[in-house]
Amino acid sequence: MTSYLLILISTVFVNNIVMVKILGLCPFMGVSKKLEVAISMGAATTFVLTLGSGSSYLIDHFLLAPFHLEYLRTLSFIVVIAGIVQFTEMVVQKTSPVLHQVLGIYLPLITTNCAVLGIPLLNVQEKHNFIQSLFFGLGGAIGFSLVLVLFAGIRERLDGADVPGIFKGSAIAMITGGLMSLSFMGFSGLVK
Amino acid sequence: MLTALLVMSFIALLLGAVLGFSALKFRVEGNPLVDKIDAILPQTQCGQCSFPGCKPYAMAIAAGEADINRCPPGGEEGIRKLADLLGMEFKPFGEDTAAQKPKSVAFIDENTCIGCTLCIQACPVDAISGAAKQMHTVVAAECTGCELCVAPCPVDCIIMIPLKETISTWKFQYPAPPDPASGLASSSDKITAMSGHSQ
Repeated sequence: MTSYLLILISTVFVNNIVMVKILGLCPFMGVSKKLEVAISMGAATTFVLTLGSGSSYLIDHFLLAPFHLEYLRTLSFIVVIAGIVQFTEMVVQKTSPVLHQVLGIYLPLITTNCAVLGIPLLNVQEKHNFIQSLFFGLGGAIGFSLVLVLFAGIRERLDGADVPGIFKGSAIAMITGGLMSLSFMGFSGLVK
Repeated sequence: MLTALLVMSFIALLLGAVLGFSALKFRVEGNPLVDKIDAILPQTQCGQCSFPGCKPYAMAIAAGEADINRCPPGGEEGIRKLADLLGMEFKPFGEDTAAQKPKSVAFIDENTCIGCTLCIQACPVDAISGAAKQMHTVVAAECTGCELCVAPCPVDCIIMIPLKETISTWKFQYPAPPDPASGLASSSDKITAMSGHSQ
């Protein structure tokens, strides 16, 4: 049990997928302009990432490894993730049309979110078992959502701030993202 | 090599089955009629039908809340297509709708223009180019003649110039009262449209 808790805390704070591993930057910059959108994007990504992490483990363990087809990992993971994203889109469209309209193009774009491919590949690298993979995916997704929501909150305040002309818009967002990344380095002292 | 192909096909088949199943399970009952009507409307988003755009107008027609003869940019041909699709009688333009005018484009009198950008904001198809305190001009090829830019202009420098009919703009004029015999060709369309409506 402790090991699973450790995985969660380590992926959410210490090895945060966005701030420390620098993966999934496109939604981090693209969907962080409004707080509510960021929250729903975080929820959709959490769903996809957890499911993708688990099913990628199953594919790798029961299909690829027995036939020594490890070189097909990237390809098959992408296919599985794309399928899960389609599935999520259908479910969201059915259950919450408003959310579907808000997420719009970003929902299919989860397919090309590198964090969603990065987590399954890291799972293989770190030789996680099935439950560990699920927790690793969930933790990574929670970390991603946390950072996305925090950043969206900061950017909403930045809109009202008196920013010098040349730093307006994306420039100040990049700098803020960098500062956030620096501050997340503080968590590396959490585990000894 | 062969196992690789088989494994990948197995994954693809599995995913296809899951997605196909969930597509049936989570199908959203949209109204296919709205899309069909929306496809006929000219997509100028001009608002002359008193709805905010073509899609809302299409939804209103499908719900039976609006008449089919409220779209001047679509012209009589548009009404005819809508009447065909919905199995209704052709209706001429109503008196309360802007009557169909000869196709025209907006023209900005550049001596009077003060560069206020109000017409640029009003244009639904981005056919006016210019910037604040710079002279504006209309891209004639993009202009749909919806007249939305005429009202906001504070100095009344926009006039509508009717287009001359040329070989490339000429269109066949339907004879005024619709021929009842021509209804035969589209009767099957009507049946499918109506059965789609009732679902």
